[in-house]
Amino acid sequence: MIVATRKPFTEIKDLVSGHRKILIVGCGTCVSVCLAGGEIEVSILASQLRIALGLEGDDVQIDEAIVERQCNREFLVLLGKKKNMTDYDVIVSMACGAGVQLLGDVYDQKPVVPALNTVFIGIEEGPGIWAERCQSCGNCVLGETGDICPITMCPKGLLNGPCSGSRHGRCEVNPEIECAWVKIYDRLAARGDLERISKVLPPRKNSRRAHPAVATHEAYKRRFVKDEKIV
Amino acid sequence: MEQQTAQPEMTVIGGVDEIVEEFQPKIEAMICTYCTYAAADLAGSQRLQYPPTVKIVKYPCTGRISVAHILKAFELGADAVLVGGCEVGTCHFIEGNLRATERVAYAKKLLEETGLGGDRLEMFYISASDSHGFVNAVNEMTDRAKKMGPNFLGQARG
Ligand code: SF4
Ligand code: SF4
Repeated sequence: MIVATRKPFTEIKDLVSGHRKILIVGCGTCVSVCLAGGEIEVSILASQLRIALGLEGDDVQIDEAIVERQCNREFLVLLGKKKNMTDYDVIVSMACGAGVQLLGDVYDQKPVVPALNTVFIGIEEGPGIWAERCQSCGNCVLGETGDICPITMCPKGLLNGPCSGSRHGRCEVNPEIECAWVKIYDRLAARGDLERISKVLPPRKNSRRAHPAVATHEAYKRRFVKDEKIV
Repeated sequence: MEQQTAQPEMTVIGGVDEIVEEFQPKIEAMICTYCTYAAADLAGSQRLQYPPTVKIVKYPCTGRISVAHILKAFELGADAVLVGGCEVGTCHFIEGNLRATERVAYAKKLLEETGLGGDRLEMFYISASDSHGFVNAVNEMTDRAKKMGPNFLGQARG
């Protein structure tokens, strides 16, 4: 999932200052799971803003909403059926950066501001702690590396490792962490699949990472690619 | 426990014309049914005196108390909130009170950010037989709120 953390309160407060009618929109998917922008976090931020702005004597109206996924247009259109979006002076999005931008695209007459910092694609390591696992490189090599991502887990992002700085299973860049390539070696060895490590992975095709990237499903291509005819 | 109605104390200052309402902080006690609630009940049976302006919200366990509930209480005008859970090691759900401890610490920080002040919130560990512990907790939060002054959000709402 996409992992995000909440921005400092003062930063959010500055983003909404001067506005009277504020709508806070959470997202029910990734950021709910990482306790950054779900229903409870929307409620917490709304209360905090009502208290802080109320104490300053501001007469503000702060409404709360949650959508299933802010990165899906359909859910944002549904939101517009429940809330009169043009009524608000500012919309605070508690989704990842993608969600904020789509909300801004769909309701482009009003400023949409982010309440979260999107940090990475990762996993839950335990209650309240998440860890990065993938950098969406566009050419997944996990099949060759014992399901351990060398691009993310090795600070140098080496596709063929370990480097000569690997010491007793630790990384030379940061001895606090384990060497990703030692872990890859150990896992492949445990699976009896060690010959994979002698395979040289080709250099990364960085051109794949041209931004902004677009992904199209094969079955839907004709809708988006010019001159692609179905009949 | 019998619900006690909040009656502002009236103090006469100066002449008869000048009746000033003394600030009686509104305290919300979010407490666990297994321990602090029983202690509050016992305090009533023992006729222990404590400020009548405390409102009790009974939870099945302090582990159920969300940071959102705590902030809501302040948003609606509570002058102070106390969370009362079982003594460490005696939670019926093993570690609900420890979770509450973490959440209370976080909520204190959030309250501090709003300018209302984190000291308006505190976690207490009060066993079912500790009626005096409950009374002390209410008194402690009342004293703190008196020092910090009223939560003006409550006044706006009357
Ligand atoms: S908007 Fe972001 S956080 Fe919400 S579902 Fe989409 S990707 Fe996940
Ligand atoms: S190789 Fe690593 S960064 Fe690339 S897609 Fe796979 S997990 Fe993600």
